[in-house]
Amino acid sequence: MSREDYEVVIGLEVHAELSTKTKIFCSCPTEFGGLPNTHTCPICMAMPGTLPVLNEKVVEYAVKAGLATNCEIARDSKNDRKNYFYPDLPKSYQISQFDKPLCKNGYVEIDTKNGKKKIRITRIHIEEDAGKLNHDEFGGGSLVDLNRAGVPLIETVSEPDISSAEEAEAYLRKLKSIFEYIEVSDCKMQEGSLRADVNVSVRKKGDTKLGTRTEMKNMNSFRSIVRAIEYEVDRQIDVIEDGGIIEQETLRWDDVSGKTFSMRDKEDAQDYRYFPDPDLVAIKLSEEYIENIKKGLPELPESRKQRYLEEYKLSEKDANLITSSKYLSDLFEEASKVCNNPKAVNNWIISDISRILNETEMDPIEIPFDSKQLGKLVVLIDKGTISSSIGKKVLTELFENPRDPEEIIKEKGWIQISDEGAIKEVVLKILEANPQSIADYKGGKDKALGFLVGQAMKETKGKANPQMLNKMFLEELNK
Amino acid sequence: MDITELTVHELQEKIKSKELTITQITNAYVDRINEKEKDVQAFVTTLTEEAKKQAIEVEEKINKGEITGEFAGIPIGIKDNMCTKGVKTTCSSKMLENFISPYDATVVEKLNNENIIDLGKLNMDEFAMGGSTEYSYFKKTRNPWNLNKVPGGSSGGSAAAVAANLVPWALGSDTGGSIRQPSSFCGVVGLKPTYGLVSRYGLVAFASSLDQIGPITKDVRDSAILLNIIAGHDEKDSTSASREKVDYTKCLKNDVKGLKIGVPKEFFGEGINKEVKESLQKAIETYKKLGAEVEEFSLDIAQYSLASYYIIACAEASSNLGRFDGIRYGYRTPEFTNLKELYKKSRSEGFGAEVKRRIILGTYVLSSGYYDAYYKKAQQVRTLVINEFNKGFEKYDVILTPTSPTVAFDIGSKSDNPLEMYLADICTVSVNIAGLPGISIPCGVDSQGMPIGMQLIGNKFCEETILNAAYTFEQEVKFREKYKPQFKQNA
Repeated sequence: MSREDYEVVIGLEVHAELSTKTKIFCSCPTEFGGLPNTHTCPICMAMPGTLPVLNEKVVEYAVKAGLATNCEIARDSKNDRKNYFYPDLPKSYQISQFDKPLCKNGYVEIDTKNGKKKIRITRIHIEEDAGKLNHDEFGGGSLVDLNRAGVPLIETVSEPDISSAEEAEAYLRKLKSIFEYIEVSDCKMQEGSLRADVNVSVRKKGDTKLGTRTEMKNMNSFRSIVRAIEYEVDRQIDVIEDGGIIEQETLRWDDVSGKTFSMRDKEDAQDYRYFPDPDLVAIKLSEEYIENIKKGLPELPESRKQRYLEEYKLSEKDANLITSSKYLSDLFEEASKVCNNPKAVNNWIISDISRILNETEMDPIEIPFDSKQLGKLVVLIDKGTISSSIGKKVLTELFENPRDPEEIIKEKGWIQISDEGAIKEVVLKILEANPQSIADYKGGKDKALGFLVGQAMKETKGKANPQMLNKMFLEELNK
Repeated sequence: MDITELTVHELQEKIKSKELTITQITNAYVDRINEKEKDVQAFVTTLTEEAKKQAIEVEEKINKGEITGEFAGIPIGIKDNMCTKGVKTTCSSKMLENFISPYDATVVEKLNNENIIDLGKLNMDEFAMGGSTEYSYFKKTRNPWNLNKVPGGSSGGSAAAVAANLVPWALGSDTGGSIRQPSSFCGVVGLKPTYGLVSRYGLVAFASSLDQIGPITKDVRDSAILLNIIAGHDEKDSTSASREKVDYTKCLKNDVKGLKIGVPKEFFGEGINKEVKESLQKAIETYKKLGAEVEEFSLDIAQYSLASYYIIACAEASSNLGRFDGIRYGYRTPEFTNLKELYKKSRSEGFGAEVKRRIILGTYVLSSGYYDAYYKKAQQVRTLVINEFNKGFEKYDVILTPTSPTVAFDIGSKSDNPLEMYLADICTVSVNIAGLPGISIPCGVDSQGMPIGMQLIGNKFCEETILNAAYTFEQEVKFREKYKPQFKQNA
């Protein structure tokens, strides 16, 4: 049988660190970075006798996430202990949620080749993050850093509705953009504040029973998720085609070799011995509480997109790209306000800015300049102070060392020459040096004009006002 | 006058009337510890020198008018499972032999705020698991009434220290009877408050849904006074109750006329020692004489409490004690080749047999496939126990039972038989399972002169009712005037 005879079934468990100021069960800061074990206290270090107290903001953020993904919100929920030993887990149990998650039965919509598709969300629950183990370069062994221990997470579990690597990526991008929009997580994948466990299985088309799945844990870039799924799907099909069977196991994706490796099989499957945490009380939510959060939800990407189509007459493709990230979308709206030219801002974002983001694998949230600076860049071009080719240089400069574009062009001497006398001087100089082009033009070759303008731009290092050049060349040639 | 014979409220009066100074009091206790501790072995850590120094400081501050406070300078002893900043908190375990907490438990903070002086940390069964204090890694505490007998447990050090006048009062903790049973064995007063009345923050957890800190004192008034100091909502403990502050001394009315007392017949059946039963019968007659209405009733479900208790307590303990993994603090095995071995050896060598027994039991009952049959069922039984007690309290103000089926037993007589040891908790565990307050007060002695305890159980947050009932009985019977620990030793 060929690859086409198989169907791919993917489910994602997405962990997002919440952007609350303090940890989930103590008042330590959640801030990323910091010297090892400086964002800790007796509670998150699990000193004997300490007790957790639930940070109410965590519940609020999780409910927000649930409402934004069409979930039912539980009126009665609780925290459970997930027991296992590991040095990054100081209590030897993670406080999570087992059978009563805060949110369940939701969905998000993604765009696929075949149109819109609903990906169902099984549940969203709250839990605490673990610490980190760092290899000890001097003494060997591992060093435990508990700064991250107790940082709040929401885990979003999807139904196995995803049927390709592209859909997995689209789903994850969608979740990321929603969480960014409602400001519950900064979703910085490089810092691990958004990461996914990917469950993959394959089955022959028409089969009703799901195939055995493998799980790849802690994936934190779109590229590796896509590559890992594609690799794993191929591997599973190969195994089945060779008459083998898929083992249920946990895999580790290695980005360098582009392969998955077995971490542990079903035999070592842990029994987490979940039970309700007796140190915490039930989480009871009133209708009023949920209603208030609902009222406070900001505009979500779907509705922004509609607005861009109608208000700004953007193309569907552009509106999709811009609204895929709250940061891009905010940049677009705010820069448009500054320059009053949304079309131009749109062009900058979908072309040059997107290109640079792609090339540098940068997340929109990491764009170093602000909307004011982008707006000003557009204003400078619109006013004719600089040409659009200089504009591109200014943008590169904004990415490298963001500052006021006006300062940049002054400093670099990039201000457009719009002085008639100065332009005329250049035009005359170029004409004198290119008699053949004059003859060509007069002989009916319009292209010669373009060549001349190009030469003039070269002469002025791109600073001459192109419209004025054009006009003046025509005047001189038609004399 | 022997200062160490006095109750705390008596000490307070003598300080007020300037008959006694704070340093005199502390010095008297230090002398007493130096004299008797070798017989009783109640302390894991004594702070006698520190206490003497602190007494001088407190006295100076009071003389200068820098502090006031009715308890300033009164000494206390603290069970060694409550965290004390800068002083070892061992839980009587090898695992925490050298552990010094970086913070104070909320109850300790409250004592410090009152300038109460810590005389030391008191011995207990390892991690509060046991009923005889024989499971301490460090030493076996002995019963001041007869040094060959156990003081009970797990707060055996606290009860023995109060009985032997090594401390005027002490803090204990009670998960299944650990305050009341040793208080009964040592002839002192032990109160387990309603679950949630006293903060558990800083109490090294055994079973989180059952643990409660409480006073062990010479008399009922001191119990009320110490409860006044330690009770109250704590934002660091989500399970602590938010209630209006009560002065528990105000309820001590020496009057039980019309008080409805229920006596559950199941607590007087098989396994209850004859002399204990007789002593309790006499106590019931006393209450009747004092005008209380006493009636027998059935608390059928109680017989299932013990099983339910051991499942829930062990389940929670198996999870609570996971943090003792040799990684961040506590005992770490000196030699290991990988992480798994580090865990295995540190825990195997750091924990004693009883602790391991309960961790294994708790791990088992939470395992997938067994959860429903054990843990879930135990929680269902728990609900039934609560309902049954609720029904009881519709009719009665107080439920009266023996605290323990027997008096203190000989050291070594049960320590090799865990099941028999577990059965000693039969009268006390249902109170923890239902989250109720219970107090044990001495009601007599047996033919060998060993004290017998009576348990009074109240409805949730009805500490005042049982304190008054206990107080009224105490005023009538005057146990302390009639009987005193003899420090007897078999030849």
